[in-house]
Order: sequence, then C-alpha cells, then structure tokens
Amino acid sequence: MSAASTEQSPADGLVTAAVHVTGVDKIFTGKKKATVTALEKIELTVAPGEFVSLIGPSGCGKSTLLRLIADLDTPSTGTVTVFGKTARQARIDQEYGIAFQQAGLLPWRTVSANIELPLELHGVAGPKRKARSAELLALVGLTDFAESYPDQLSGGMQQRVAIARALAESPRLLLMDEPFGALDEMTRERMQTELVRITAETGAAVVFVTHSIPEAVYLSNRVVVMSPRPGRIRDILTVSLGSAAERSDHLREDEAFFTNVSRVRELLHGEAPVGIRGVENR
Amino acid sequence: MRKVLLGIGGLVLLVVVWELYKALGPATGVVVGDLTVLPRTTDLAMPHVWDMASRFFGETGSGRNAQPVWLAVFEASVFTLGVSAVGWLVGVTVGLLLAVLMQRFRTAESAVLPWIILSQTVPLIAIAPLVRRWGSQIEFGDFTWENWMSVAVIASYLAFFPVSIGALRGLNSPDTIHVELFRSYGVGWWRTLFRLRLPASVPYLLPALRLAAANAVIGTVVAEVSIGLRGGIGRMIIEYAQQASGDPAKTWAPIFGAIAVGLVAAGFVALLGVLLHRFRRGEVPA
Repeated sequence: MSAASTEQSPADGLVTAAVHVTGVDKIFTGKKKATVTALEKIELTVAPGEFVSLIGPSGCGKSTLLRLIADLDTPSTGTVTVFGKTARQARIDQEYGIAFQQAGLLPWRTVSANIELPLELHGVAGPKRKARSAELLALVGLTDFAESYPDQLSGGMQQRVAIARALAESPRLLLMDEPFGALDEMTRERMQTELVRITAETGAAVVFVTHSIPEAVYLSNRVVVMSPRPGRIRDILTVSLGSAAERSDHLREDEAFFTNVSRVRELLHGEAPVGIRGVENR
Repeated sequence: MRKVLLGIGGLVLLVVVWELYKALGPATGVVVGDLTVLPRTTDLAMPHVWDMASRFFGETGSGRNAQPVWLAVFEASVFTLGVSAVGWLVGVTVGLLLAVLMQRFRTAESAVLPWIILSQTVPLIAIAPLVRRWGSQIEFGDFTWENWMSVAVIASYLAFFPVSIGALRGLNSPDTIHVELFRSYGVGWWRTLFRLRLPASVPYLLPALRLAAANAVIGTVVAEVSIGLRGGIGRMIIEYAQQASGDPAKTWAPIFGAIAVGLVAAGFVALLGVLLHRFRRGEVPA
C-alpha cells in the first residue's frame, strides 16, 4: 500500500481536509486548437496543518495544480475543494495565503503597508492592521525595516515580506509557488528553517511547489512526486523526520534526511514510466 | 544648482549664437540653390536681442489705451494659460476615461484605439470652425456657449491623446503576479483599478501629462487664431506681426509670452511628479 492511499482515506472522516483534489484533469487549448494536457487524474488530499511539497521536473504541472487550488485557474474536469468549500468560494472567503517565486511587493508601499495590503482591502481597521503587521514583522525578523520601501531590501528580505503578507490574515492554508527559487543557497536554507518555524507557530497547512529535492524533504510531511507530459502524480512519499520543532539545521546532516532525499531522487528519475501508480517504495 | 546654471548657460549660448550669426551672416541669408537654409540677418528678420528686450519693456497703444508691452503680454498669457488649463483638465479626464474603458474591455481597445490615433491626423484648422459652430448651437437655461470654450475643447482634443495612450500602457503595466495577487484577495475590478492599476500607471502617466500640457498650450494658441478669440497670446501674435514692418522687435514679445505659458504648464506637471514621487520608485531600475 502506498503512503498516498493510507493517508487519504481518514481525511474525509472526522476532519475536513485542507485541500481535497479529486479526478482533476487540466487541458490547455492553445492556438489552432492544439491541446496540452497539463494535469491528468490528479488525486490529492492535504490534512489541516500538514506540509505537502509538490516536486517534479519543469512541465509536470506542479504550478498548475497549485493555481487550481488557488482558483487562479479552473480544472477541465474533476473538483478541487478547500476546507470543504469550492476553490472559488475558498478564494473569496480568504481561506488561503499565497506567495510566488517573485516577492511581488508593491513598490510604492512601505514594507508594513505591503503586509497590511490584504487587511486593508478587506476593511480591517487601522490600529488592528498596525498591530498585526508589527507582529508579522517580528515573526519574519524585519521589525527594523517596517518603513523601508521594497527596493531598499535584498531579495531574501523581500521574500520574507511576501511570506508575512501571505500570513497576514492568519490563513489555515498557505500556497507557495517556488518562493525560494530565486534566492541564493545560503539565504534559501535560512528561509527554509524560518518557514518550518513559522508554520509550526501558525499551524497552517502548506502546499509548497519546488524543484529542489533537499528543500522538499527538509520542509515536508509528505512529498508528492510528479512526472511530466501529461502531468501526473507518480508517487507520494511520507517523510518521517519528526515534528517541525525537531527540524533544525543539523537535520540537514542527518542520516534519515539523506535516506529520504535519495528515495525522492529515485522516484523522480526512477523506474521506467510503466505501471506508475503501483510502485512499491518501502 | 548645477542644473540651474546649465539652464542659464544654454540661454546665454542661444543669445550669443543669435547675435554672432546676425553680425557675421550675409544680409540675404544663406541660400543654397533657390532654397534659403539660414534666415536673413536684417533687423526686420532678426532683431537684436536687446531690441526685443527694450521693446518688451516699452509701451504699446496710444493715448488712454497705452500700457507697457510686458503687461499686455502678461495679461494675454494669463488668459491663454487659463484656457489651456481648462483644455488640459478636460483632455486628461477624457484620456483617462478612455484608457480605463480600453483596459476594462479588450473589444473597446480594438474598437476605440484606431479612432484615437486617427483623430490626431485631422488638422486643427479644419475642426476649429466646426467646434465653434456646434458650440454656438448649445444653449440651455442660463448657459450659453462662449468662444473660449471652443478653444478649450480644441486644446483638449490635442491633450487627451498622449494621456489615453500613456495611461493605457500604465494601466496594463502591473505584473501578472500582482494582478493574480489581487485576484487571490477576492477583490473586484474597480478596487484593483484604484489600488493597483492607477498607482502603477503613474510612471507612464507623468510624461503623458507633460506632453498633454504642451499640447494644450499649443492647441490653445492655434485655436485662438483660427477661431478669432481675443484676449489671448494667439491673437496677440497675429496683431503684433501685422505691425512687424515698422516694429519688428515687438513681434517677439508675445512669442516670449507663449514660451512662458509653456514653461509654467510644464512646471505644474513637474510639481505633480514631485507630489507623486512615492509612485515613481519603480522607475529607478530600467
């Protein structure tokens, strides 16, 4: 039995799943009616508070899947629910916070005004916004930069602001599309450590798109390995490296960490793409 | 400070070149074949700079109507500036509305944009009498259409063009990521317009507003002439030019007035740019 199916079944029972994707295909129609199947038969459930990474080579549809969950795109077939609601309703109800590869801060707003943007748009009162942004700035360690403008910050700092902004409304779900992809290796590792700490503190579920194997293993409870053309889930690997509190930097040197990294690598490059779904991995 | 000195330096250089050419150039001008490539240097064609200046501070008219030239030019400049300001405001409003419409509806862009571009190929002289005739038929209640309104309309006709084009580019300038972020916030089109698209369009809008200001001034001066509106710089240029054979230096006085109006208009937009500097942070990296 693969990890995927054992963990999917109980999620429907007592607790509403954070994300529930069933039978989703996504077909893009290009010019001259040429079609590209970006996603095929996707089944995925993310439990509340769970950290799930989507990993795979370029073109495997991992970002597309994230966009479907965020309702920035709609599936061709199948359904996506977020906390039991349709993806669209969940977006309108602000059930998730989102961060992209680029920080995407508004250049004319200060750091704190950027973090307050979603609160402001949803009519949260001024003093409350101020308090929340101060809290989040402390969380991401940028208190001294509250009144700076984005162009005065380094890439890593901008990305931390973007994460703080995604957390502004205390969402129960965080969607992240290669948020550390543009950062250098050292900044990246530090950001990963911070993200583990932040998610532990907020208890939010995370769907995290990446193409770095160590990053996926380090951060996740489960790693979803995808394969391209058409985009499918090849396998789902449960990483058992302990709770977030136990994941510190020296985990990167740990034997279990390496074991998991090589398992993901095997799955990615892995066996011949026949009989994909039935791979025995333990 | 350095900028100011350089500006003054440029002005001095212009005066020196003018006087040097006047002193050294042939009186008949430089002619290549039948074509005059450089002007005649007679006092009629090129008065001395100091003659222009002394005429500027001299008297015009006679008897009870006598007043200093500079005062007459100043009053005409203020009048022209006022009409151009109205034309600029109307033009900016119309231009912005068109840009917003085109941003909102892709079909509107395909339908309207060619007409906007085509509108600028119609010569001003051709539409001036039309605007005046249409205007004179407007009358309701206490409101009657006056000639200066026709002039303002023509000024706005020139001013709206750069605004609509610049604003459209500006409104479409936010990155996909920003647009999607606003979508993820579940915010509608209007709020995205005011919180994202308009602020993002400022760097594109400011040059457009400056062009619009220059166009409004030119439009006003030209329309004053072709509609025959008294009181402004346009009419004054014609009137003084008619006296040019006897008083060539005087012709230049209203031209300086027109330049001053243009400078004030450009200065006003520069001031706007200073006020909006917060929205121009993105301009720095190319």
